[in-house]
Amino acid sequence: MQDKLILRVVAKWLIPVIILFAFYVQFHGDYSPGGGFQAGVIFSSAFLLYSLVYGLESAIKVLPDHWLKVAACFGVLLYAGVGVVAMLMGGNFLDYSALASEPVAGQHIGIILIELGVGITVGSVMLLIFFTFARRVLPK
Amino acid sequence: MMDYIIGHINYWLIIAVMMVGMFTLMSRTNMIKKLAGLSIFQTAVILFYVSLGKVEDGTAPIVAEGFSTYSNPLPQVLMLTAIVVGVATTAVGFALVIRIKEAYNTIEEDEIRELDAKS
Amino acid sequence: MMQQISILLVVLPLLAAPITALVRGKNLAWLITFVLTVVCFGISLWILMDVTTGRVIHYELGGWQPPWGIVYTIDSLNALVALIVSGIAAATMLYAPRSVEKEIPDHLIPMFYAMFQLCLLGLLGIALTGDVFNLFVFLEISSLSSYALISLGKNRKALFASFNYLILGTIGATFFLLGVGMLYAASGSLNMADIQTRFAEFENLQLVSTALMFIVVGIALKAAVFPLHSWLPASYSYAPSTVSIFLAATATKVAVYALIRCLFDVFPMQYWLEMLPTIMITLGSVAVIYGSVRAIQQTGMRRLLAYSSVAQIGYMIIGIGLINESGMTSTLLHLFNHALMKAALFMVAGIYLLRANSTELDDLYGLGKDMPYAFSAMVIAGLSLIGVPGTVGFISKWYLLEGAMQTDHWGVVIVILVGSILAIAYVWKLVEALYFAAPQKPRVQNVDSGSDTIAKSPMLMLVATWLIVIANIYFGIDTELSLGAASDAVRSLLGTGA
Repeated sequence: MQDKLILRVVAKWLIPVIILFAFYVQFHGDYSPGGGFQAGVIFSSAFLLYSLVYGLESAIKVLPDHWLKVAACFGVLLYAGVGVVAMLMGGNFLDYSALASEPVAGQHIGIILIELGVGITVGSVMLLIFFTFARRVLPK
Repeated sequence: MMDYIIGHINYWLIIAVMMVGMFTLMSRTNMIKKLAGLSIFQTAVILFYVSLGKVEDGTAPIVAEGFSTYSNPLPQVLMLTAIVVGVATTAVGFALVIRIKEAYNTIEEDEIRELDAKS
Repeated sequence: MMQQISILLVVLPLLAAPITALVRGKNLAWLITFVLTVVCFGISLWILMDVTTGRVIHYELGGWQPPWGIVYTIDSLNALVALIVSGIAAATMLYAPRSVEKEIPDHLIPMFYAMFQLCLLGLLGIALTGDVFNLFVFLEISSLSSYALISLGKNRKALFASFNYLILGTIGATFFLLGVGMLYAASGSLNMADIQTRFAEFENLQLVSTALMFIVVGIALKAAVFPLHSWLPASYSYAPSTVSIFLAATATKVAVYALIRCLFDVFPMQYWLEMLPTIMITLGSVAVIYGSVRAIQQTGMRRLLAYSSVAQIGYMIIGIGLINESGMTSTLLHLFNHALMKAALFMVAGIYLLRANSTELDDLYGLGKDMPYAFSAMVIAGLSLIGVPGTVGFISKWYLLEGAMQTDHWGVVIVILVGSILAIAYVWKLVEALYFAAPQKPRVQNVDSGSDTIAKSPMLMLVATWLIVIANIYFGIDTELSLGAASDAVRSLLGTGA
């Protein structure tokens, strides 16, 4: 679809907005509806749009598979790591209140980090699924 | 009687969706269609949970002035997990279908059974 | 202290799996998995020792109190199941490196081990959790990873088997989810203990009996109870041998455990006492006969063993259906014992697969003479499957017979006897093919790398197999650990004496 001028121009304007919205959903998630799952999917949809309009190869140049895999694993580790840190600080697994001296502050830190981990994993896994399928099915 | 049917309209619709999914799943031999049926079936269960949590005139469960009735957020949170499970299942399913296509050069179940019986 | 350690059973695989997925190099990936499984085995042994004193461990995730938060309640039954899963996982990992090297493409090996850890995570999670929705999530974690693991089999039939398992397994899980939703609509709670204590408030609702049906059918599909077993034989006979050892020994056992937990600790026993036991005994009996007969008809070693699993699950379901102390004890013991014997038998099948490139019986004719250690391990595990005194199989069958006689179920007694005779027939079929039949096809005597002859079994694989075989005999003689935990669990399930 590289020759479709309208698509290319519109996508160029749309992609930053989608990413910005993803960040809003991600980081405002502890005050309003939202969170890691939704943000991750929205974030990955921006790159899906990019790869549909500009071609799979250029999208893979931006986000190489290997880094996506690292990011997916890092997200899970961040999630489990926050839980383990809470355990080391004297709480139960995933007990955010133990993370800071004040329970409320601890809850805030905990939920933001956890959702960040979820967001990173979901976003990169969605992209990985898409890239893997697309490369396998497309004629070379 | 009419009140009973209309009062439970969400459940009737959910049952209909569920049956559509089940029927597609069981009657088709095309694997992609089977997976589509499976997704529809799962979606019906998700709708069931979400409609359980709805409270009449309830708003999103965020504490704010002027609102006192909130919908139950728990079923929605549970379904977030179930949706993720559904996405993962569908992805694994499609991955299998692609590899089956590469190995057998067909995605029709009866043809695969024939090929299997021969070898 | 004990509490914090108990959660490590779930946290450690969760931490190790993403690290393993990133590792390059198959040996490091194997080492991480092996250490992980051994540590998990140690922890679950420790927990079992701790809870058989009558203590129950409660662990509130995130510090949220039940019934709002997810709580892990660990009594003897949970600890026993966790011990089975992690013990078999450790033995499988000891066995794994050579066979994985041969069956899985090199670049996928770290991912394979990561997937194995996720499967372990799911099964351990089911064994520990005290929350019905959490149980669903772990059920799906273990199932999704096992679909992927099964599809890695070398034969292309593995793909189709895995796809069928995926379709049926997802239907089962969705049924379970639907049942949980109805139960939640009736009770407003997802905590097992909470639902049970407040059960009288809502027990007359039609919704609850529908929920019971959906939950039982959903889990029965995962446990491969007789009419719902069709996914099992193909999946286990085409999966990579490491996977079929682990899944055959643990996955269905954990599902049977989930069935017991839901029947006794979510719905009170009186609620389903009139209807379910008869169905269970009937289905179990049919499963025993049907599974054994189909096993005799098979011409492939792993397919034969898979059908024998269907029969053995029948024994467990009969044990639940008898609803008395001996019957339940036999079911729980059989969870433990069957895991031991099936692990040993599939391990032997894996050794033959590695050496002869096939588990079809006519390719294996006469191989038993060339590989005496593997063959004798198979004979002992086979005797255990039949239920010969001195092996674990005898103990659980004995209790099942006792339970059936106490309640005057003479039909069940006959089924057990016929089942045992049929078991002799299919084990003999293996022995005959491997030992007494003359080789039909000319066999290449040397494998590709120099002096290794085809009949030489790799050391680690033999060690792992014999460890399990020795456990088969040891727990057949010294029953303190398994029987102690099982009867302890039965008393708390049936509510007879605390």
